[in-house]
Amino acid sequence: MSTLLRMIPSVLMIVSPILITAIGGMICEKSGVVNIALEGLMGLGACAAASAHVLMEATGMGTPSVWLALAIGAGVGLVFSIIHAVAAINFNADQTISGTGINLLADGVTIFVAQILFSADRTREFRMGMQTDKLGIYPTAYIALVVVILAWFVLYKLPFGMHLRACGEHPQAADSVGINVRKIRYIAVLTSGLLAGLAGGCIVLTQTIQYTSNTINGRGFIALAAVSFGRWRPVGVTFAAFLFGTAQAFSIIAVNFPALKALPTEVFNILPYVITLIALVLFSGKNFAPRANGQPFIKGAS
Amino acid sequence: MKTLKKKESFASRLLSSDGAVSILVVIMGFLVGTVLVALVGRNPLNMYKAILQSLTGYNIDNGKMNVRYIGETLNYTVPFVLCGLSMAFAARAGLFNIGGEGQYIVGLTVAQVIALLGPQVKGLHWILAILGAILIGALWGGVVGLLKAKFEVSEVVSTIMLNYVALYLSRIVCLQLPGATTYKTANYPETALLNNALFQKLTNNSMLNNGFFLMVISLIVYWFIMEKTNLGFGLRATGFNKEAARCSGIPVVKSISISMAIAGAFAGLAGGIVALGSFRYGRVLAGMDNYGFNGIAVALVGNNTAIGTMLAGFLFGMLKNAQALMQGKQIPKEITFIIQGLIVVFIALRSAIALYLDWLNKRQLQKEVISK
Repeated sequence: MSTLLRMIPSVLMIVSPILITAIGGMICEKSGVVNIALEGLMGLGACAAASAHVLMEATGMGTPSVWLALAIGAGVGLVFSIIHAVAAINFNADQTISGTGINLLADGVTIFVAQILFSADRTREFRMGMQTDKLGIYPTAYIALVVVILAWFVLYKLPFGMHLRACGEHPQAADSVGINVRKIRYIAVLTSGLLAGLAGGCIVLTQTIQYTSNTINGRGFIALAAVSFGRWRPVGVTFAAFLFGTAQAFSIIAVNFPALKALPTEVFNILPYVITLIALVLFSGKNFAPRANGQPFIKGAS
Repeated sequence: MKTLKKKESFASRLLSSDGAVSILVVIMGFLVGTVLVALVGRNPLNMYKAILQSLTGYNIDNGKMNVRYIGETLNYTVPFVLCGLSMAFAARAGLFNIGGEGQYIVGLTVAQVIALLGPQVKGLHWILAILGAILIGALWGGVVGLLKAKFEVSEVVSTIMLNYVALYLSRIVCLQLPGATTYKTANYPETALLNNALFQKLTNNSMLNNGFFLMVISLIVYWFIMEKTNLGFGLRATGFNKEAARCSGIPVVKSISISMAIAGAFAGLAGGIVALGSFRYGRVLAGMDNYGFNGIAVALVGNNTAIGTMLAGFLFGMLKNAQALMQGKQIPKEITFIIQGLIVVFIALRSAIALYLDWLNKRQLQKEVISK
């Protein structure tokens, strides 16, 4: 039991970025835009945060550097999500294609930047990442908590949230009562970009000491899985992110448990994906996704 | 409407042609990439020198010619083309196969398993391994089709999930193979290799192998199924309009499953060819090879046709082969990933062209109505 208790901080460390990204993805899909670029956006945020932190740390600015780096990561995520927003919202593009494009682009841009800044295929190591509090918990857990509560409050307690959900369910109806569908979808996509970038920064500043092409390693897609496994609801998504994050954590710390040692660690890596697939099959027919999810909104068309 | 069409300007005719738009998109990708290289203070000319060398084998700096580069470019082209066909085949039936990567990985894994454990009979061994790769790829893709057809599970989500399932399963399996370390297995027996002595002689010992023939056959098979068979017609009809196809008696559920299975077979074959052709030992994958994901770009650039996919695959193979050369010329090789990513982003943005043409048409109509 005590081993399990001691695990909590590291589980939280792994869950937080997945949860933050998943909430962003949920907001985006709630407004009717699918964002499979989460993976790439996390990578861009992580790379930006790591690079910024290394460079600022060298100037000796101390703790503020971490927070500034995190903000820069979030900003970069937001900037790149503009591509997705323009393609999906202004040009009625296929959202899967533009998401794939951003993922491919992110693979290139991140390491390209590292090559230019640090002449290597990874960013230079920083000396000190984010620090834990007295309980051994990283601040990212509290950030995630704030993000979840804020997202729930805005989506379900404010008129804006209702408008946003309406855009995802029936954009024509929303439009007919004077809601600016495009504007709301823009806000949703950019929010998801911001959160994915932020989460990328969280990963790099808590779990490693540099950005490499393996830093994100599918976490964006796990977040995407958490959105659909969590049935597009804040509570569900939080639960899913915890489940998947714990599975991820186990792939790293399973060696501490004699009973689990015999299993290949990859089994835990697979779990999130298999669980999501099974859930999708079991819940088939009952569609929990926003009805207009992934469909472009064409004004005047019925 | 016909009379209106006659007055179309050159620009709008250009923009209506899929092939021309693809070329435009590629040029734009290269243009932005070039600007980017210049912006970070490197010489873009070096990038094109590397590309020229990977295309023709001619090193412009010292005037030396080495045909090995051509062979390597063709060898890199093979998996790109096959993964492109995988994406294209599904796309023709109206499906988006992001799972090329997973299907590629399971193909690669099974080929490695058969290569290391299968019967070492000359002429049979590698064929068995390749067949295994094709079959498992078809199965991996077919499951997605079945989930989509029977349970209405979006193929986009399920293929993404299966990509990672494939990656980690592959690691579990490959770590059990003879002589497995954390990143490779024992060497294959000679009988499992795809190498072709004639190709090696012609191309100065490049890795070009029999997989090239398999690619050519696949291209022909793709073209034949799509354009000449009832199956292909049914698939295309399903892709154009699912409901109309259903009403005309085309078995849509079967079409979807079959098209995903065939799509998976192409990607699985790609995995088998890379496993046995480009390496002499099995690999324990640490990450994705990205051929499957780039296959999406290849198919999109090639407009899902056999010829287009071949040309686009060649372009990507050329870029891949140029990577090492670029790195040697102080150009970060990731610029090729950026160009590929940009190409896909621009393809997504090409829907703007349709909007623009629509707007042009409307304006012209307005003018004519007013002039009357």
